[in-house]
Amino acid sequence: MSLHDLEKTFQDKIDKEIKIEPKDWMPEAYRKTNLRQISQHAHSEIVGMLPEGNWITRAPSLKRKAILIAKVQDEAGHGLYLYSAAETLGTSREQMVEDLNSGKAKYSSIFNYPTLTWADMGAVGWLVDGAAILNQVMLCRTSYGPYARAMVRICKEESFHQRQGFETLLVLSKGTKEQKAMCQDAINRWWWPSLMMFGPKDSESTNSDQSIKWKIKRKTNDELRQQFVDMITEQIKLLGMTLPDESIRWNKQRNHYDFGEINWDEFWSVVKGNGPCNKQRLEAKNKDHQEGLWVRKAALAYAEKKRLRVTVKVA
Amino acid sequence: MNIQIRKCYYGDIPEENNSGAGTQSASNESLWPLWEVFIRSKQGLDHKHAGSLHAADAQMAMENARDVYTRRQEGVSLWVVESKNIHASNPDEAEMFFEPSSDKAYRHPTFYDLPDEVKHM
Ligand SMILES: [Fe+2]
Repeated sequence: MSLHDLEKTFQDKIDKEIKIEPKDWMPEAYRKTNLRQISQHAHSEIVGMLPEGNWITRAPSLKRKAILIAKVQDEAGHGLYLYSAAETLGTSREQMVEDLNSGKAKYSSIFNYPTLTWADMGAVGWLVDGAAILNQVMLCRTSYGPYARAMVRICKEESFHQRQGFETLLVLSKGTKEQKAMCQDAINRWWWPSLMMFGPKDSESTNSDQSIKWKIKRKTNDELRQQFVDMITEQIKLLGMTLPDESIRWNKQRNHYDFGEINWDEFWSVVKGNGPCNKQRLEAKNKDHQEGLWVRKAALAYAEKKRLRVTVKVA
Repeated sequence: MNIQIRKCYYGDIPEENNSGAGTQSASNESLWPLWEVFIRSKQGLDHKHAGSLHAADAQMAMENARDVYTRRQEGVSLWVVESKNIHASNPDEAEMFFEPSSDKAYRHPTFYDLPDEVKHM
């Protein structure tokens, strides 16, 4: 079959909602796009453990500590599911880890913001996981089979994350004057970075929309962002808090909430490595990796020793 | 500031030099082999493929599989098998390989026209 025929057969499959599996023929650009997206997604889950891990030892109660540990453990699992999916596209785990640690690979910029108070654990769960879920629910139907399956698994676990975040804020919103202020402050700091999680505006592109055509994505950045604004604007009423954007108001014609302009300079600056914690995050990852080296080696040596012992017994 | 905005979706940030595009430079001095994980979700059901993970040996693969894939009572039994031991059919030859079954309609019960009076069949 000619390349043109292969591409046509491939697109026909996509159009008929037939999933693409690892060993199927796929255009090189499809493989690369998926690989980049899935590995970035995996890195985001892994780096995402850092800002929350920051509060495990300082959680205000044993209950909150147990919840936070469970959540951070989930994120590690999410990273694993996604790395496994990426590995089916022909890269190795080691390579991906190296690309993350060297700063070559990207991860979601949201994790380059600091978690300053306990209320941030609530805001991260509610807003950051909330934004991630909208994206991930859409990705459950993505065209690459292993990615879609990983997403289904992740989505099942993710709703607890958002709910515990909202509940954390709900408790604070009913607390003392200081606790209420802490709650509002966390929302103020996390709102705009959460909106940026959906990526640049659709109109900023002249590129043809290959990801949609290949059904890697099924909604545009702006569609998802709007969905998020509509959802949060309603939910925040129950907290009795406000969003740091005075231009948010219901638009009858559009049947959606209008909202203010995002600071795109900030967005690109954080993507390019100049966010408040970019350096810290990479340093932490590199330190973990180096300090874990002897453990990885020892485990291999131990496995080899056990194997030899069995061989001797058999002989 | 001179910034070039390219369309990129959430989780798809452009990378100056595309990572993972085939260049394998990572060292593998501490690389653990890959294992496939199968879970029986409850008694009476088959084991089903759940995903994969890296582990130094079978025991570690089993324990890691428990920790990542069954944190919420997803299973009552686990299998782990080293990925290199799995032999898979070739998708490029799938049409030919599975072809013989599609032209044998008489293997299916609907092939047989029976009068409506025949009950319980
Ligand atoms: Fe997650």
